[in-house]
Amino acid sequence: MNARAIQILAAVIAFGTAIFCIAPLSAERLVTSVSSHRVLISSNFTGTEVVVFGTIEDDEKAVKRDAPYDVVVTVRGPAETFIARRKERLLGIWVNAESRQFIGVPSYLAVMTTRPANELASPEVLRRNRIGIVNHTLPQRIGADFGDVVPQDPFRVAFLRVKMDQGLFHEEPTGVTFITPRLFRATVPIPGIAPTGNYEVEALLLAGGEILARETTAIEVLKTGFEEFFAHAAREHGFLYGIATAILALGTGLIANFMFRRD
Amino acid sequence: MSIYLPIAELPVNLLLILGLGVAVGFISGMFGIGGGFLMTPLLILVGIPPAVAVANVPSHMAASSMSGALTYWRKRLVDVGLGLVLLSGGLIGTAVGVWVFSILLRLGQLDLAVGLSYVILLGIVGGIMLTESVRAIIRAHQGSPPIVRRPGTHAWFHGLPLKLRFRQSRIYVSAIPITVIGFGIGFFGAIMGIGGGFLLIPALIYLMRVPTTVSVATSLFLTLCTMLLATVLHAVENNTVDIVLALILMIGGVIGAQFGVRAGQAIRAERLRLLLGLLVVGVALRVAIDLVTVPEELFTVVAAGHLK
Repeated sequence: MNARAIQILAAVIAFGTAIFCIAPLSAERLVTSVSSHRVLISSNFTGTEVVVFGTIEDDEKAVKRDAPYDVVVTVRGPAETFIARRKERLLGIWVNAESRQFIGVPSYLAVMTTRPANELASPEVLRRNRIGIVNHTLPQRIGADFGDVVPQDPFRVAFLRVKMDQGLFHEEPTGVTFITPRLFRATVPIPGIAPTGNYEVEALLLAGGEILARETTAIEVLKTGFEEFFAHAAREHGFLYGIATAILALGTGLIANFMFRRD
Repeated sequence: MSIYLPIAELPVNLLLILGLGVAVGFISGMFGIGGGFLMTPLLILVGIPPAVAVANVPSHMAASSMSGALTYWRKRLVDVGLGLVLLSGGLIGTAVGVWVFSILLRLGQLDLAVGLSYVILLGIVGGIMLTESVRAIIRAHQGSPPIVRRPGTHAWFHGLPLKLRFRQSRIYVSAIPITVIGFGIGFFGAIMGIGGGFLLIPALIYLMRVPTTVSVATSLFLTLCTMLLATVLHAVENNTVDIVLALILMIGGVIGAQFGVRAGQAIRAERLRLLLGLLVVGVALRVAIDLVTVPEELFTVVAAGHLK
């Protein structure tokens, strides 16, 4: 039921997104780009920053807006399933007791906005368009059921807190800055423990609480050379990889013994 | 100076990990033990996930015990017969241990099992070492003769069948208790990320009455074999062996061990046992405190994909 349920869930989310994502007929268009489409993990990788740039362009039918433009940049890492566990005291010892599964949630999530997300639009619009971390659905498996829970759910709150402490979830209410009235930039921090895979970069343009335009691009985080070689070997050829590590240990011991031999 | 661990998928401070390797290597050389019971908690303390720490310490111990075992081998102090009988139990124990390890990992109870095993095993063994060495030191001060090997004394297991003669160790004993000891060492070694030298050496000396140097030499031989197997099994079963982390620990370990051996030779045997006892009890207490104090964060989040 696992894979099937996830597929259905994904289809529902995709359908919902499709309905709400059809950009309203507006005069503006967003053009975005990122400072690099590939984040390469090599042996000295400790995290990096990717800069998202964008411009607001007018169509033929330019209109004069009363409200200022707002921009939301959201970066979502590859979806993954997580297990959250809560410790409880049992006979004086703290042990993992209750646990929940979060299914198909972003392994990385960064939301940068021009001003705090809750000032940008009505709660309804924010939720539909997944503006801000709290407005992302975090489907849990509870027994045989799936579903997102109330925002105050202790597991949901704890999940967000742990992810934010790890630097994998990140929200910056003033993370998008306008360089000129029509040119903006946002800096996306990618921490050293960021998972590898495809990251979706979504930019939303709002004015007066309405979505005017949407544009998506992508970043790929991947291991290179040596790192990729060993990660692949460990994953696909566990036995050979283990033998190689064992031989390395024997060799290191042998060399050390001869180097420091005193008899 | 940071280096990225390709399997653990996190950056670590190279000098910190190398320093840990040297420090633990020093202690392992000094006391003639693998030092896994120190290395695993230290790695967890500096932020390496427990599953990664436990899976990577064995290769470090294989390297340092290889170095030590070679030296004893040249002096012909390894009792190969005794080692092989221990190994027959040790290999099964290691395999069962790695299997139990992956079950505990899936259930989310690995940290608890590792913690409790540390407190119980280290607490008992460290306590025995402390009392025994304090008595020996007091006896030495009073000038009374040290208690010598009593060839006539028999324990209950001497009545068991399958008796074998181990010439190097000067014992004639059933293979059954030796296999059981080997199994226990292999099992706890795989779960706790330790070689078990500090368990095996006292067991051989006090229970089996094997001479001290032969015990140390044979223990290194057994540690080498079980740790090599643990490395391969962890790589196959849990995909948590990080060759970069392992190499840094190994290099630090073998360097530190050389200086430790020299330091150990300068200290009297009962003082050395007292120090080791204090160290073992200290680690047990530290782990015990972590188990009973209120954790800063009650929740943990792990990716399910890492558990297969």
